[in-house]
Amino acid sequence: MAEPLLAIRGLRKRFGGLLATDQVDLNVVEGETYAIIGPNGAGKTTLIGQLAGELRPDAGAIRFAGRDVTRLDAPRRCRLGLARSFQITSIFPDFSALANVALAVQAHAGGSFRFWRPAAGERSLTEPARAVLDSVGLGGRADVLAANLAHGEQRQLEIAMALATKPRLLLLDEPVAGMGLDESQRMVRFLGTLKGHVTIVLVEHDMDAVFTLADRISVMVYGKIIATGTPREVRGNPDVRRAYLGEEVPSPC
Amino acid sequence: MARGRRALVLGVGGLALALVPPLAAALNQPFYVDLFRRMMIFALAAASLDLILGYGGMVSFGHAAYLGIGAYAVGIPAFHGVDNGFVQWGLAIVASGLAALVIGAISIRTSGVYFIMITLAFAQMLYYLGISLETYGGDNGMRLARRSLFGPVDLTNPAVFYYVVLVILVLCLVVGGHVVDSRFGMVIRAARSNEPRARAIGFSPFRYKLAAFTIAGSMGGLAGALLANQTEYLTPDFMHWTRSGEIMFMVILGGMGTLIGPVVGAIVLLLLEDVLSALTAHWQIVLGPILITVVLFARRGLHGLLAGARPRDG
Repeated sequence: MAEPLLAIRGLRKRFGGLLATDQVDLNVVEGETYAIIGPNGAGKTTLIGQLAGELRPDAGAIRFAGRDVTRLDAPRRCRLGLARSFQITSIFPDFSALANVALAVQAHAGGSFRFWRPAAGERSLTEPARAVLDSVGLGGRADVLAANLAHGEQRQLEIAMALATKPRLLLLDEPVAGMGLDESQRMVRFLGTLKGHVTIVLVEHDMDAVFTLADRISVMVYGKIIATGTPREVRGNPDVRRAYLGEEVPSPC
Repeated sequence: MARGRRALVLGVGGLALALVPPLAAALNQPFYVDLFRRMMIFALAAASLDLILGYGGMVSFGHAAYLGIGAYAVGIPAFHGVDNGFVQWGLAIVASGLAALVIGAISIRTSGVYFIMITLAFAQMLYYLGISLETYGGDNGMRLARRSLFGPVDLTNPAVFYYVVLVILVLCLVVGGHVVDSRFGMVIRAARSNEPRARAIGFSPFRYKLAAFTIAGSMGGLAGALLANQTEYLTPDFMHWTRSGEIMFMVILGGMGTLIGPVVGAIVLLLLEDVLSALTAHWQIVLGPILITVVLFARRGLHGLLAGARPRDG
């Protein structure tokens, strides 16, 4: 097998007495959609934080696209093609939806030490931004202030910003969190259209979304990965059923 | 603010300010030339602070430091007989920019209260440095022997000096307007709006913020060079923290993140000071409540009141 796009080896992160990430090994192959599931407090968001470069692991290594990125900060990882969305919506609320995405285009394009020309008039920024907005279904809302978008639209905007950086790997932290049934179904359908075009690592509580989208799933409990496999394999794994999927569950929280 | 509107406001405002010297002459009130020139100098200082405070979210509580550096960059050469304005003002811009680069490189690594405290501490350090300069008058400061020399442009002529200040202010506002709308400006505004998000889409905000901090310092230094010529006197008090507070107040009163707002804020604050202090010795008791009222009821400053409710960014 060729080198995986993302390879994690022996990753460990401790917060005081809590081992939030415990010897995690994980490979994500180019093109696949990889879901990480697990009960609340299992360490999924901590793992995403370390992959995105916002948290520094205590031990272990992260390789991305053939390069050791363990010590790179978040902006540099993003410029290498590792984009993320946040569990709690994170946008630029006082900018229009279009400006939000245009900023992401600009960040990816580089060359931001330009002081004279108005960025809003640069078609090399606004046109790709419009195209991405259209693709997530926000084309008609381009001029709306991001703060005034509905929650579901803001979640779409997050994805649009991540996509505008032309990522090779998209880290999605609970993309359908807090969405209504309709909205979340639409989001899952949209993420489905990305399959194959961009590699996705997905953390999600919504099991319908996970089992619809994921090619492979890892199950995380107390910072450890206890099982990895196809959705069918994971569903059938007795450890997973015990720990997570609702049979004889002694609540860990 | 939309570009067209900003250009319109700038044009009309600039024209109105250009009418002050002939009106003052007609009314035989030359004092107003002096007052409005002072307002424009503080407007420049306030607009420079707005670049980093309003657009960059950097609450610098030491902006008077650059005012002081700019003033000393005029006063010290003048003391040693160097009266050339290009040398003095150039030195003011470069020295205050360098100071801002150093102060920014340290303080921008922090945020919130720590940022405020560090910028305040640096300004106070420079204030005490000014006091310790016995050669240049120590805490009494010193008189500026003569205003900066610019060949045929004679700054001792009140009206000429007035128009020089006006042109500099308008130019700086035009440049500032371009900067905040440019790619560069979008980065610092994005970092103010949501820094983790800005980092997550691939911006490393530090160097952009530092560059903005340096530009603002240079503009503040230029204002200081003008102020030294205005007062023909300079003292460490130019750098005192109360002065920093006053400049910050002009920005907040006028409206943060608008560039034009701080100009309005500077004019209104100095006008109120002037009018009220003529009425009563206890003018500060009257001024305080007025300012508190504006801040409480016009969150977006006078600019927000005048411009009405509209989105501020992109």
